[in-house]
Amino acid sequence: MNRAIYDLIGLAAGVCFILALKGLSHPKTARRGNLIGAFGATLATLVVFAYKAPLHNLGWIIGAIAVGSLIGVPAARKVQMTQMPQLVALFNGVGGGAAALVAIVEYLALGADATTAVVIFTVFTVVVGCVSFSGSIITFMKLQELMTTRPVVFPGGRFVIAATLAAVLGASGWVVAALGTTPLLVLAALSLLFGILFVLPVGGADVPIVISLLNAFTGLTVAASGYVLDSTLLIIAGTLVGASGTILTRLMADAMGRSLFGTLFGAFTAKPQDLAAAGEERPVRSGSPDDVAILLNYARRVVIVPGFGLAVAQAQHTVRELADLMLSKGIDVAYGIHPVAGRMPGHMNVLLAEANVPYDQLAEMEEVNPTFGQTDVAIVIGANDVVNPAAQTSPGCPIYGMPILEVSNAANVIFLKRSMRPGFAGIENELLYDPKTMLLFGDAKASLTKVVSALKAL
Amino acid sequence: MDAMAIVSIFVLAVFVGFEVVSKVSSTLHTPLMSGANAIHGVILVGAIIVCSHSKTTLELVLSVLAIILATINMIGGFVVTDRMLEMFKGKKKGADK
Repeated sequence: MNRAIYDLIGLAAGVCFILALKGLSHPKTARRGNLIGAFGATLATLVVFAYKAPLHNLGWIIGAIAVGSLIGVPAARKVQMTQMPQLVALFNGVGGGAAALVAIVEYLALGADATTAVVIFTVFTVVVGCVSFSGSIITFMKLQELMTTRPVVFPGGRFVIAATLAAVLGASGWVVAALGTTPLLVLAALSLLFGILFVLPVGGADVPIVISLLNAFTGLTVAASGYVLDSTLLIIAGTLVGASGTILTRLMADAMGRSLFGTLFGAFTAKPQDLAAAGEERPVRSGSPDDVAILLNYARRVVIVPGFGLAVAQAQHTVRELADLMLSKGIDVAYGIHPVAGRMPGHMNVLLAEANVPYDQLAEMEEVNPTFGQTDVAIVIGANDVVNPAAQTSPGCPIYGMPILEVSNAANVIFLKRSMRPGFAGIENELLYDPKTMLLFGDAKASLTKVVSALKAL
Repeated sequence: MDAMAIVSIFVLAVFVGFEVVSKVSSTLHTPLMSGANAIHGVILVGAIIVCSHSKTTLELVLSVLAIILATINMIGGFVVTDRMLEMFKGKKKGADK
């Protein structure tokens, strides 16, 4: 196959990626968009086999693709929808790792033939690819709760990070000047370390923003490796992801009322006072499932605020049963969905859709907030940070400025919680101690089942 | 390829990337991120190219590893995005009733 045809097919794949991103931006075309993207990627992969034929190491290549498919497809198919964000983080990380490895191999192969420009792009790919890889692994561990979800800050942390960054830059210069395998491996190791240190101080609630940022990073590494390998397609695809990923990161940060800077470096500037109040014991009003059922039975309007706890307890179906029961009693029911309910923007919509909750009952934050004044009962199920008034009232707390669901305006607030433990962001919620708040402790699914049967009996 | 052409491609792609996602509802943030994530799995193409011309054992091992990782990123990414969007479709059907 000649180069012109190869490049044209590559361009077609690039156009597929543009159409994919465009399609993914609208609910109606999203699924088709994803399929167009998959088609473009398949096209791009197949055409390499034809263009470079006969490929050396063909057996290795096909074997490796088979192994990758056998790992990737079942993981994507079987993952619980609640754990989907960490899988996306993991996929992003291995992509960054792949880009770094490609750059390393090409560098080893070129040896002394590498031009300075190629070396510089190689250095960029190795550094950013490694940061994306190790950073994504840390976000995975935070989301999977294999480690604490709170910001990890150690004394002198910012100096260690600054020193590591300086070492990465130094090693980069070393690679460009000395051209050798050892400097490159040192650079890769330092970059991996920097990726870990970079993500550790990020608090749990901000992890999705970091995943999105690392996603954009990986895109840029792919673009840089496209330069090294003289592939227009990789440059186009990588740049598209880098640019759209950057915009998406900003949109996400805006939806959470966070500045990107605050997300990445907030842990270093936040005052530790916010955590101090957590230790003291204060009285709360806890109720029984029957109390909750009575409150609901005499309500005219109820808003359900689902959070990640609902998904963890797999209580989506039970909550729908409760909503249907209330509707049959003539009670007006709506779900108030915070943009970042769950672990990622839009995550809760996916989880409720899985339980066949009708689309027209889902209300976005902007729609539902003005209606809390006319709402008799707001039921908060396994959510905490997204209804925490501290986001509006106490400057200096880590979530200050994040838009919240203003459930405190409802006549009654019911919290279904497993314990008094604070939410993912690790901040105390004043609303729990409000006199109009009733707490129902226990597993969300078990509690809801009891409320449903109590309500049926009334 | 000459440097000017590469810079042109890069700059234009940046603007296209900005433009296509500039207005997207928060509901679609997660699938969009996941889809974009799958697209950069196209580094698989680069991994195949370096594997095909790798001569030493070290190069072969590293490039085979790169192919495995890139395949996981690409195929897994598209499959998981499709699963997310499948649910949006079901939801729409409910609304049409």
